[in-house]
Amino acid sequence: MRAPLSWIKDFVEIPTHITAEQISDGLIRVGFEVEEIIHQGADLTGPLKFAKVLSIQELPEHKKPIRYVGLDCGEGETRFVICGATNFAVGDLVVAALPGAILPGNFAISARETYGKTSNGMICSARELGISDEHSGIMVFSDADAQIGDDAINGLQINDVIFDVAVNPDRGYALSIRGIAREVAGSLGLTFTDPVEALRSLKFEETGKGVSAAIEDRSTASVFYLRTLSNFDSKATTPLWMKRRIEKMGMRSISLVVDVTNYVMLELGQPLHAFDKAKIKGGLTIKRAGKSSKFVTLDGQERILSPEDLMVCDDEQPLALAGTMGGLSSEITETTTEIALEAVNFCPVCIAKNSRRHKLSSEASRRLERNVDPSLPEFASARFVQLLTAHSSATHVATLVAGEPVYAPVVTIDPTYISKILGFEVSNSEVAQILRLIGCDVDEKSWTVDPPSWRADLLGIADFTEEVARMIGYDKIPSILPPRPKHATLTPTQKRRRAVATMLANRGFAEVQTFPFTNKSTIDAMGFVAERASTYAIANPMSEEFPLMRVHLVPGLIEVAARNISRGAKDFAIFEMGSIFRSSQKLVTAISPSLDKRPDQKVIDEIFASVPSQAYHVAGLLVGKIENENWQGKARSYTWQDAIEYAQEILALCNLDWSIKRSDFAPWHPGRCAELIVDGKAVAHAGELHPRVIAKYGLPERSVAFAVGLSALPDSELVRPTVVGTMPAALQDVALIVDENISAADLEAALRAGAGDLLESITLFDRYDKIGDGKISLAFTLVFRAQDRTLTGEEVSAMREAATNQAAKSCGAIVRTA
Amino acid sequence: MRQEEVTSWVQDAQAAFLAATDLDSLKAARLAHAGDKSAVALASRTLGSLTPEEKASAGKIIGEAKAQIAQALAEATAKLEAQRDMKVLLEEVVDITLPVNRKHRGGLHPISIIKNEVSDFFIEQGFSVEEGPELESGWLNFDALNIPADHPARTMQDTFFIEPVESGMVLRTHTSPVQIRSMLTQEPPIYVICPGRTFRADELDATHSPVFHQVEGLVIDRGITMAHLKGVLDNFARHMFGSDVETRLRPSFFPFTEPSAEVDIYFNNRWIEWGGCGMVNPKVLATCGIDTEIYSGFAFGMGLERTLMVRHGITDMHDIVEGDLRFTRQFGVGL
Repeated sequence: MRAPLSWIKDFVEIPTHITAEQISDGLIRVGFEVEEIIHQGADLTGPLKFAKVLSIQELPEHKKPIRYVGLDCGEGETRFVICGATNFAVGDLVVAALPGAILPGNFAISARETYGKTSNGMICSARELGISDEHSGIMVFSDADAQIGDDAINGLQINDVIFDVAVNPDRGYALSIRGIAREVAGSLGLTFTDPVEALRSLKFEETGKGVSAAIEDRSTASVFYLRTLSNFDSKATTPLWMKRRIEKMGMRSISLVVDVTNYVMLELGQPLHAFDKAKIKGGLTIKRAGKSSKFVTLDGQERILSPEDLMVCDDEQPLALAGTMGGLSSEITETTTEIALEAVNFCPVCIAKNSRRHKLSSEASRRLERNVDPSLPEFASARFVQLLTAHSSATHVATLVAGEPVYAPVVTIDPTYISKILGFEVSNSEVAQILRLIGCDVDEKSWTVDPPSWRADLLGIADFTEEVARMIGYDKIPSILPPRPKHATLTPTQKRRRAVATMLANRGFAEVQTFPFTNKSTIDAMGFVAERASTYAIANPMSEEFPLMRVHLVPGLIEVAARNISRGAKDFAIFEMGSIFRSSQKLVTAISPSLDKRPDQKVIDEIFASVPSQAYHVAGLLVGKIENENWQGKARSYTWQDAIEYAQEILALCNLDWSIKRSDFAPWHPGRCAELIVDGKAVAHAGELHPRVIAKYGLPERSVAFAVGLSALPDSELVRPTVVGTMPAALQDVALIVDENISAADLEAALRAGAGDLLESITLFDRYDKIGDGKISLAFTLVFRAQDRTLTGEEVSAMREAATNQAAKSCGAIVRTA
Repeated sequence: MRQEEVTSWVQDAQAAFLAATDLDSLKAARLAHAGDKSAVALASRTLGSLTPEEKASAGKIIGEAKAQIAQALAEATAKLEAQRDMKVLLEEVVDITLPVNRKHRGGLHPISIIKNEVSDFFIEQGFSVEEGPELESGWLNFDALNIPADHPARTMQDTFFIEPVESGMVLRTHTSPVQIRSMLTQEPPIYVICPGRTFRADELDATHSPVFHQVEGLVIDRGITMAHLKGVLDNFARHMFGSDVETRLRPSFFPFTEPSAEVDIYFNNRWIEWGGCGMVNPKVLATCGIDTEIYSGFAFGMGLERTLMVRHGITDMHDIVEGDLRFTRQFGVGL
């Protein structure tokens, strides 16, 4: 919302010593962020004169139209200038910058030779003067706007300060000069004159029959003022001062009637709409569109109406999309002589929905959505009549009213609550004084507070607390630490996640965070099927390219890897931690209990249960080489072993025991994927990516990856120390011959099972596959240790034998002799 | 056995040991002067034939001589061993400036780092860290926070909705539903922070991302005032931006707080908007079943990306979301 200082001054007496910056600081202090202070005219120096065009000589020998123009600048003799614009004629009034003038951008005007002539100044466009972006031609005025030779800096009211103010959605009243001026006065302790006061006494004579007004459903609009005017002559033009104010607000001057509706809206905050009365069949009624299906708005767009749309209709058809935009068929034109002026307090939600359904946000809808003072339809429409009759031949015919304004209720408050919430003492009298300042009626005996008509947002004690706080100033709030609550710590889950991330980062992985969106073709390319492929769809995705929630972390890692590769990286390891969104449950229709009290526990539980569980994973992708070839030796690429090692390391870090087996599991290589199992549940997969995936995404050959379902892991202590034995250990090496399809893990498990409780560790140290006949040899070191004694040779041999016997039994292993 | 004679043996031995240039020549000198056939050894063997008196005096002379020789030998050995070691070590010299096998450098994502930092700070202050689902119920994300159905924040422009739309499921637009979950599941006093990933349908550009992170704080206790809010924010700001940082509260609007404020910080010589805050709206407390006669509370929220960008002078959001290793690695595992 823009607010020119010159307009604010209509309603606030601002002493000359108060600067624009002080006004801006005041507005910020009371909750209105000033996004920009525009010092219009600060970079403009005259002479700038209104001048009459006396003669135009076209200079046709140039590539573009060039005019040599004779101007009467009130200097007694004709001044000649060169001009490249063509939107003016002899007799028009224009603005000329004379030699010596400096235009914005440090553009000095001087007499100069150009196009074979001497140009003794310049005819200006609005943009050249820095007063608007309009540059389709020079500014053209009529004799009513100014006198020849008048100073145009003054005439165009160029020197002004314009505040660009951000207005929060609860303060619709401030989308007007009236509202901003009130806040300026309140923040600086100045006197405010409400423009509405002067309008209260305005009465217009009834001279004929007006268009009737009706509201079909009072929940859609409380009050509807409809004023009929006639004898309008469409040749009447907008006075320059009004035009300039509208332009300073960032809008365009269109025609007198439209300009006056906009001017009143900007001044008071009440959107108005003017109909050409001749196009109205019968009276006007505010009602839902019902079955009317098509409607062309002022912008020429044909819109398909929803039955729910709130419309202003005549006896035959809709004429306006209520509070949002008028209709083309009844708009004011050059032939309009009779006007019906609509001013309505619409229900904000109805207008918000109109605007949203048609993706049409207008100056009117923006205000009406945010609550407009319900007393304004009367006064704003009166202001319209006052201005239009003053600047044209129009006369008031009749005013018809439907409904009546509905105001915010009177509230009883406990003023001591305010100090209790703010944390510093505010006396009751101070509370009363501030509430009166913002327009409330306060009864200090009963503490009933009647909020002003424009403050529909003041409903409860918290709202009044904010008013008191902002008028005193938030800078008066002291800084005190709250009572120290009880001890807190990270949860075991949080500790586990942090430990895993830190471990991976320390092992050379860079953490990435990708958007958790995916698409069908990625899911298919990965080879995910069934429940691993099903996910939730976004109704309004950022792009049709990524309409689904991710089902796995590896695709995101592949995308980041591809990006890094395209930027020159070759060898790296990355990981991500985050949620995945497989559709684990069908979504039910929203449960929306009422908000005035805590819902029943059953309802709360249902709401919690309606949110699908979202598994939390960590995944890593290892690409290229772990070590490059250099003077020290050959390169070593990441292999499936590395991926498995990291997955195991994560489980080890979580202090969990696992078993391992080969798995055919997307998106991994079916022969080179390990599945890690904890408590009978597959919790992690690791190995080489499927060659088809690698090829599709252009990853280096044999790239490897792991994924661990962190949220699927059972609870565990990160640290669980046991007693360390100090008795000597006994080492036993065994080499076993087995069929090559026996997995090392199975053989190890058999040895472990056979060896008994005194086995401290078991390590595979050799694998030999040159035996032939489908046999391989696997050699292990078994370490035995007792807590309380040195083991004897016989004991150790017996345990070793028990281990190899079990291996023979479970895996058909034969002990290999040297 | 004359003292002078024995002394000369000792002197001969000392001279011979001193003259040895390496461990081999020292060995020869040792055999000659301290070996079985050395003069001292031979003399030592004759002691048995002496009278007890002679034996006592000669034994003492020989004993002292042996000790002196042994000491000289030890000194010479130590010296020559050190010389030999030095020679060997010098031969083993390498060019230690050669590039050594460089492992890949890893690092946590800067958002993780800042999240950890914020969590640790608040845990130390007695706040627990609460997390919630990213795909969230609309009632928890909006309604319970006093964001009614017609509020602009609920339009398609800002929120990602999940199909079917009637489910009301959304990608949470803030971490505030975690506050609601905390209030619905815990009894006051409640001191929590809620860091996490949030979603808004904004195009990715230099300062916006459709996926971003927030940290919110919530305190519900007896006698909580806006002064406590200011106190916590002052402390938090100093922790994140250094002890010189100033904060400023400006009146603002959020449906779930009343009074509401923007928090600005004065950092690098200018005021910067950091986050939003306010006293929890009594309507929200009522929905969560918290007795407003007894309890009051405050809440605040900041963007983690914004905090990171302001603190480190990062100008482009793309750096944070694209996962370029060169960017991430700069942050190591902590700030």
